[in-house]
Amino acid sequence: MSARDEVLARVRAALSGDGKAGAAAPSAAQPARTYRTASEHAPGSATALEILVDRLEDYKAHVHRASGDDEVARVVGDLLADARSVVVPPRLPAGWTDALGAGTVVVQDSREDPRSALELDEVDAVVTAARVAIADTGTIVLDGEPDQGRRAISLVPDLHVCVVRAEQVVHTVPEGVRLLAAYPGRPQTWISGPSATSDIELSRVEGVHGPRTLHVVLVG
Amino acid sequence: MSTFLGLPRRRTVPDDAAPFGDVPHPDDPLRWGETFPDAARAALANTQLRTNLGHATSTIRAKRALVVDEVPDWEALRDAGSAIKTDVMARLPELLTELERNVTARGGVVHWARDADEANRIVADLVKATGETEVVKVKSMATQEIGLNEALAAEGIAAVETDLAELIVQLADDMPSHILVPAIHRNRAEIREIFLQRMGDVPADLTDAPRELAMAARAHLRRKFLSAKVAISGANFGVVDTGTLAVVESEGNGRMCLTLPETLITVMGIEKLVPTYADLEVFLQLLPRSSTGERMNPYTSLWTGVTPGDGPQAFHLVLLDNGRTDVLADEVGRAALHCIRCSACLNVCPVYERVGGHAYGSVYPGPIGAILTPQLTKSSAGGGGRHDDPNSALPYASTLCGACYDVCPVKIDIPSILVELRAREVDADREGRPTGWGAAMKAASFVMRDERRFELAEKAAVLGRLAGGRDGRVSRLPFPGSRWTSSRDLPVPARQSFRSWWAEDHDGPTHNEPPHDGPPHDEDDAR
Amino acid sequence: MRIALTATCIADVMFPQAPRATVRLLERLGHEVVFPEKQTCCGQMHVNTGYFDEAVPVIRHHVETFEPVLDGEWDAIVVPSGSCTGSIRHQQGMVCRRAGLDGLGARAEAVAAKTYELSELLVDVLGLTDVGAWFPHRVTYHPTCHSLRMIRVGDKPLQLLRAVEAMNLVELPDAESCCGFGGTFALKNSDTSTAMLHDKMANVSSTGAAVVTAGDYSCLMHIGGGLSRARSGVATMHLAEILASTREDPAPAPVGAQGTQERAGATEGGHR
Repeated sequence: MSARDEVLARVRAALSGDGKAGAAAPSAAQPARTYRTASEHAPGSATALEILVDRLEDYKAHVHRASGDDEVARVVGDLLADARSVVVPPRLPAGWTDALGAGTVVVQDSREDPRSALELDEVDAVVTAARVAIADTGTIVLDGEPDQGRRAISLVPDLHVCVVRAEQVVHTVPEGVRLLAAYPGRPQTWISGPSATSDIELSRVEGVHGPRTLHVVLVG
Repeated sequence: MSTFLGLPRRRTVPDDAAPFGDVPHPDDPLRWGETFPDAARAALANTQLRTNLGHATSTIRAKRALVVDEVPDWEALRDAGSAIKTDVMARLPELLTELERNVTARGGVVHWARDADEANRIVADLVKATGETEVVKVKSMATQEIGLNEALAAEGIAAVETDLAELIVQLADDMPSHILVPAIHRNRAEIREIFLQRMGDVPADLTDAPRELAMAARAHLRRKFLSAKVAISGANFGVVDTGTLAVVESEGNGRMCLTLPETLITVMGIEKLVPTYADLEVFLQLLPRSSTGERMNPYTSLWTGVTPGDGPQAFHLVLLDNGRTDVLADEVGRAALHCIRCSACLNVCPVYERVGGHAYGSVYPGPIGAILTPQLTKSSAGGGGRHDDPNSALPYASTLCGACYDVCPVKIDIPSILVELRAREVDADREGRPTGWGAAMKAASFVMRDERRFELAEKAAVLGRLAGGRDGRVSRLPFPGSRWTSSRDLPVPARQSFRSWWAEDHDGPTHNEPPHDGPPHDEDDAR
Repeated sequence: MRIALTATCIADVMFPQAPRATVRLLERLGHEVVFPEKQTCCGQMHVNTGYFDEAVPVIRHHVETFEPVLDGEWDAIVVPSGSCTGSIRHQQGMVCRRAGLDGLGARAEAVAAKTYELSELLVDVLGLTDVGAWFPHRVTYHPTCHSLRMIRVGDKPLQLLRAVEAMNLVELPDAESCCGFGGTFALKNSDTSTAMLHDKMANVSSTGAAVVTAGDYSCLMHIGGGLSRARSGVATMHLAEILASTREDPAPAPVGAQGTQERAGATEGGHR
């Protein structure tokens, strides 16, 4: 018998009551979902944004506000004034990198023409869009679409500037998951602040292997 | 400290290096060391360990309490988490095959492993096929449980742990003592010393500031991440309806392993399924708050098979049984398979807080370990629930205080399962030689099922008052009572039982005896 | 109300002051208390050590003893113990059913539904928080694990204690952590149990209380055993003893752990 067939046979035996304990099968009842799946705070509402900012800052992300794409460019330009290089995904909204200094090299990356990990390690920063943001937990989710890029580009450079549009901000985790469920097969990265560890005496240290600095630019 | 079976495995560190680990690498990661009471006694005497654990567990308890209290629907989430896991167990055969189908459809390769040896063999062969001799690893309980690193080492493959705490444990040639924070038994000074002696590339002026230590780990692992061709991970969740896998982490080492290498091998227990993608909305709320005491952990990675041009282009999923089907067969004990490895139960356990993880002799310590380990190993060599199996002491490693049940995000009734496992233990022993406990319990049952016998026993107990000193307390008893009187006095039975008082006071003196005050006769021979 | 008392086996033999105080308190409040003399034990010790087969006849005996409550013989059953109440409510039925005795399990659950821990009876059933008690001492309260997490009495005992006249109730640090008793745990894992006990004793001592009280004499036996060994001078008293104490009929002055009952014996005349 193959391992597959044997494991499945053992599982069936365990559930059939033929198992050693003579156990009755557990019931396959539909789980009750009485937890919050919606919120009184609509996506993009002032309260949702306020909660998101509070949570992001609590976990040591830096939050900046921009009224529109022009202002995004200015904020990005300011944040990356000292960066020698910045990597961008293939279809970052036009204009977001327009205000970068002349000394900053913009590195292109795409699934078709990827930069290697060692190359990315030489890059100072990355700018991406996001798919959705969850206010309650201070979480930004990237799903690898062309405005966000390959997972590697938002991982290896030490500074991540993530631009989130107000209408992408939902209040609760279930609201976020239900949006993401439209394309569950996309590679997702849920980001809540810069990388961190609490492995030494449970004392939190921000900044380990992932980007040590996270800037979130909220548009709108 | 001795190992239960055989000799410790070859260590990865030269013999002349100063030892850090208290625990030699065992042959069986689910059964090592002395039995719990003995191991606990040694741990209790370790002042440094007590201090480290007390500080760490109280810190994490406070953090968890804060972020759980701010969730208005926490109990509803726990109910949903529990119900979803019950449903998973009920439909496990169909869910496993559906997961397999969906992972395969997205370019992944699914392997099945009956036990640890088979899983280790599958992984070693997959790594060898790539021609690599070094792999990077994301912290994973499943690979700890099967002793994967040691198995790979035997095949000439070095597995580099990349989680900070796991790296500390690996460098110290130690065993993990906590599910979430494997090096919780170490303080910063010890970690600095381990890094200085074992890491090889640390600055000589390294201090014990957690930030500096974390930065030393970053520098040490950076080159390995960027050049690794093969990574090995576990998985927190396997989403059946989409074939998606999830890893929840903090440092970014997980993302490095799951994203940069060409080949990813994930080892996952067959119980870690959730039926639908939407179920993540429950578990991604329950897990971080219960585990690290954060609203959300810094990074969660979700991947589905292979994404062309993004991440590893070869993906293997190893589905592991290794005793899980034995657990599943137990109507009561199967709830232990609902565990999402958050470790909240360890952090609130008054026993764990004082003795630490190594005393449990398993990579699964604490309350969940006390119900999971004996069940996972009951069919393995040396198992069977008999009292010569050191794991048979684990269900007794609890006061049944219930703190674990209260914090469990999927509402595993750990105290009830502990009691059930004790009953299994007792029932298994019925066929063997009678134990002292068994005789005492049978005798007590005989007495307590009948009020006349009970009343006689009561009178005998009252006669036993002379065992006490003049102040009415017993300070020294023979074994096993000495286990009590080693640290506590015992009051002598009351001068007059309640029963006797009631008869005298409420029913009149007819069937009552005066309180026995005089010196009892031979009873003190028992002393 | 006509209330049947489950004295509990340990209190019957070792700590009769707790059921006696329960009787005195409920009678003072105008209720009739009945002690079904057939009673022995609820079976908790057998269940928690895994001796289910041996527990069954003990449970059967308990059910048969208290079953008249279902016919209206009594209005309720009171137990001055959180852990015995917990075992009656959450374990007896399970153990019977596991032995294939569904009928007995159902009867056990029916009796359990009429069974209350003392603070539950006073607060939930009788609707009282002020029972007119008077106890002029400094007291700290240890919420026992089973009263807290098995039957979830919450702050009912504290509501009752706060209403006691002349008493100085002081908060116990880290109150909700286990004292380390755990039945046979104290014997099988004596060292770990002792470590837990010492932390509990340190917290008790830090309050400066003369008395540590709780709703379970099993836990009090453990804490008191440690306090006595340490010659701490801190007394242990059951919640019922404090609530039974009045200005007219006061409880005897607290005496360092384990000396209490000797003292109680000595003052029996004045303290019924």
